[in-house]
Amino acid sequence: MMKDVVFRVGGEGGEGVISCGEILTLACARMGNEIYTFRSYPAEIKGGYAMYQLRTSTEILLSQGSSVDVQVCFNQEAYDRSIKDVRKEGGVVIYDSSSCTPSGTLPTHAYGVPASDLARLELRNYLTKNIIFLGVLSKLFGIDYPILETIIKQKLGKKGEAILNLNFQALKKGYQYVEQNIPKKDLYFVEKVPVQEQRVILSGNQALALGAIAAGCKFYAGYPITPATDIMELLARELPKQGGAVVQAEDEIAALSMVLGAAYTGAKAMTASSGPGISLMAELIGLAGMAELPAVIVDCQRAGPSTGMPTKTEQSDLNHAFYAGHGEAPRIVMALSSVEDAFYGIIRAFNFAVRCQVPVIVLSDQYLAQRTATIRRPDPSKLVIEERTKPTASDCENYKRFRLTESGVSPMAVPGEKGGVFTATGIEHDEGCELSYEPENHWRMTEKRFKKLQLVLKSPDIYRRHGVNDQEIGIIGWGSSEGVIREALSKANDRGIKVAAFHPRLLNPMLPEIGVFIRSCKKVIVPELNFTGQFAREIRARFGVDVVCFNKLAGLPFTPDEILKKIEEVHEQIVHHV
Amino acid sequence: MASETIPQPPGGAINIAPFKTDVHPVWCPGCGDFGVLTCIYRMLATKQLSPENIVIVSGIGCSSRLPAYVNAYGFHTVHGRVLPVATGVKTANPNLEVIAVGGDGDAYSIGAGHIPHAARRNIDVCYIVMDNEVYGLTKGQGSATAPVEMVKGTTPFGQLDDPLNPIAMAIAYDISFVARGYSGKPKELTELITQGVDHKGFALLEVISPCTTFHDTYKPVSQRIRFVDASHDPTDRLAAMKLALEKETIPIGVIYKNQRTSFSERIKTTQERSQAKGTPDFNKLLESFQ
Repeated sequence: MMKDVVFRVGGEGGEGVISCGEILTLACARMGNEIYTFRSYPAEIKGGYAMYQLRTSTEILLSQGSSVDVQVCFNQEAYDRSIKDVRKEGGVVIYDSSSCTPSGTLPTHAYGVPASDLARLELRNYLTKNIIFLGVLSKLFGIDYPILETIIKQKLGKKGEAILNLNFQALKKGYQYVEQNIPKKDLYFVEKVPVQEQRVILSGNQALALGAIAAGCKFYAGYPITPATDIMELLARELPKQGGAVVQAEDEIAALSMVLGAAYTGAKAMTASSGPGISLMAELIGLAGMAELPAVIVDCQRAGPSTGMPTKTEQSDLNHAFYAGHGEAPRIVMALSSVEDAFYGIIRAFNFAVRCQVPVIVLSDQYLAQRTATIRRPDPSKLVIEERTKPTASDCENYKRFRLTESGVSPMAVPGEKGGVFTATGIEHDEGCELSYEPENHWRMTEKRFKKLQLVLKSPDIYRRHGVNDQEIGIIGWGSSEGVIREALSKANDRGIKVAAFHPRLLNPMLPEIGVFIRSCKKVIVPELNFTGQFAREIRARFGVDVVCFNKLAGLPFTPDEILKKIEEVHEQIVHHV
Repeated sequence: MASETIPQPPGGAINIAPFKTDVHPVWCPGCGDFGVLTCIYRMLATKQLSPENIVIVSGIGCSSRLPAYVNAYGFHTVHGRVLPVATGVKTANPNLEVIAVGGDGDAYSIGAGHIPHAARRNIDVCYIVMDNEVYGLTKGQGSATAPVEMVKGTTPFGQLDDPLNPIAMAIAYDISFVARGYSGKPKELTELITQGVDHKGFALLEVISPCTTFHDTYKPVSQRIRFVDASHDPTDRLAAMKLALEKETIPIGVIYKNQRTSFSERIKTTQERSQAKGTPDFNKLLESFQ
């Protein structure tokens, strides 16, 4: 039996593809399995091809997988689009035989279920099709039937008894159809295992929002944008309970303006957006740098430029995160690498923001933001939460908001505090906030503002290293591709290729350890979901060494096999001295 | 927020010295903004506010330099963003007295998009707009309130756009306190600023504050102003709009007023509603994701 299964459900947007996937995911997680989902859907609410992918296993999962083991096709389009991704040897395709005719090379197992006809003719409700398919999956792969019923009840209970019963019938209909008509020949099975430790099931965005609450965030302002909106939705429910506030701003310029206003009062404040919104914030990122305000800015990257592909993933905002705004404004740039890291990473971002009094830009992406995973349940009592450096009584005798110190960080007074009265400004100023255009002063204050960034370089957990220690090949990725890289690396190590990965979570200021790592490798691959190799360019500029760019620009994440193939290609070059 | 720290001279005179700073204003001699600044000092002294509980937020422009001239917390931000920044300050700490200041370029051009939303939210902020019809810092180009046909550096053959009517716009947006003042009438202006600050909700105070260097309007303004009649009912929106659309004279005073829930109050209600279900417990929140 194969206990590591990649399921994919595909169909027309609006016919329950996503909810079918979500229920399946929750069921597998509650059966004690690890889960790793991957979503891709049209920007429109109804219509267009939608798909939901779930990988589930009793073992730890690092990626969405390289191919699909079990494909469920709600219609012909889903079949035509996805059949090429299904594993040929031993793979399974389940298709709606009332609307879909299989063609081309089929995977080993093809099961037809007339789901549309069953829904329309027997249940008299076409919308039950997705639940019929859940019944089919339950019987074929051992998805726990009572657990499915419980989840359906939780999801649809509010819609009334009639709707709920109809869906229970649909679940049964699918289950019984398989029982009576389809002999199982494939080897996939989802096991029910005892849960070892307390776990939570979170999407990247949910983990990030919960991390922000744990970090003490008290103010959020944002403008709805795919794929960042659900961060705001969660915070809108939770922050008021903590005495905080969420404001839906009129645009992203206003959102960051509000965040800076709140940060100025000493509140931990955050906004989250995606590329188009982050573009609008550029001027205010400079103001935050100049007025030395701590603020967290999350960018759930999507394929750009302009409107680009709003529901597709990409890692192409790195340049913008590093350089947005005119002049030279300090900022910390971080990238989140997993659902678990979204929780702890955002806490780190708040800590860095208050420690250095700078804006911190946190790069997530659609792939991470909207996928769900099981993570160990965080223990709030074990978290380290930092607060701003407050002025002492002696600081207040002759308070200088931007006093030059060894670290560059000056004690920060906030309104309401006596003795700290000052006017923050985006105009160049001296230690005491007096406007100054003196050449020495501009130089000195710029140096002060940049010096602060050094304070984060020795922090724990700002990079990860994976693989062998005597590597020939190095991989430096960033952001959400960490798990995929690890999985590829482990396969390559198994094949005898000496490869290691260095995965920075802090991107700016750049870690000197990256240079050390590069010098210990014969060749270094930098995989990025962008066209121009943005991080590779930063590495070349900072360390004066060349790297092998490996770019993908498909609106989709890397798969482990793609990375593995590249490792093998570079390995061949080393062996043959190319 | 009454202060024990600011001594006031006896006999009804007020001492504005505690609110002054030693920063010398950048303004040209005769600039209307000096008058507005003095009125702000007088309002602060009269209300006996403590400097540490006041935040003056500004944008960019001559008048936006004002926060540095007042002994209070200040935030001189970027062009056009004074209202959202002030919204953030007030929402994060509703105990502060938040005053927004700036010019007509800041308010009615680059930042105009924020006005209807500040109005919808009814943020508890008094916004003092020092309107001189020109961009002073860039040497006198026509702003959104400049008269059509006005010849300036960027409009050598005459201003192409009709001027905006800020008061009519404010009433249309249902800003809950709308008044017009004039820097040349300091006594009345101090009173209007005080009313604007006392108002629970968003107050827009359009202040005619002439630029002596690029567009000196003291004479025509002084000839055309008139104080709003005592019989005017500012809660009558149609009467207010009629006053706003008046062409012959420039009405000075409170034009429009309505009392409704402020944003700070709404935020408080939201917090109370969400807390009604029990005290926040992070562990319980995590449990809901199992």
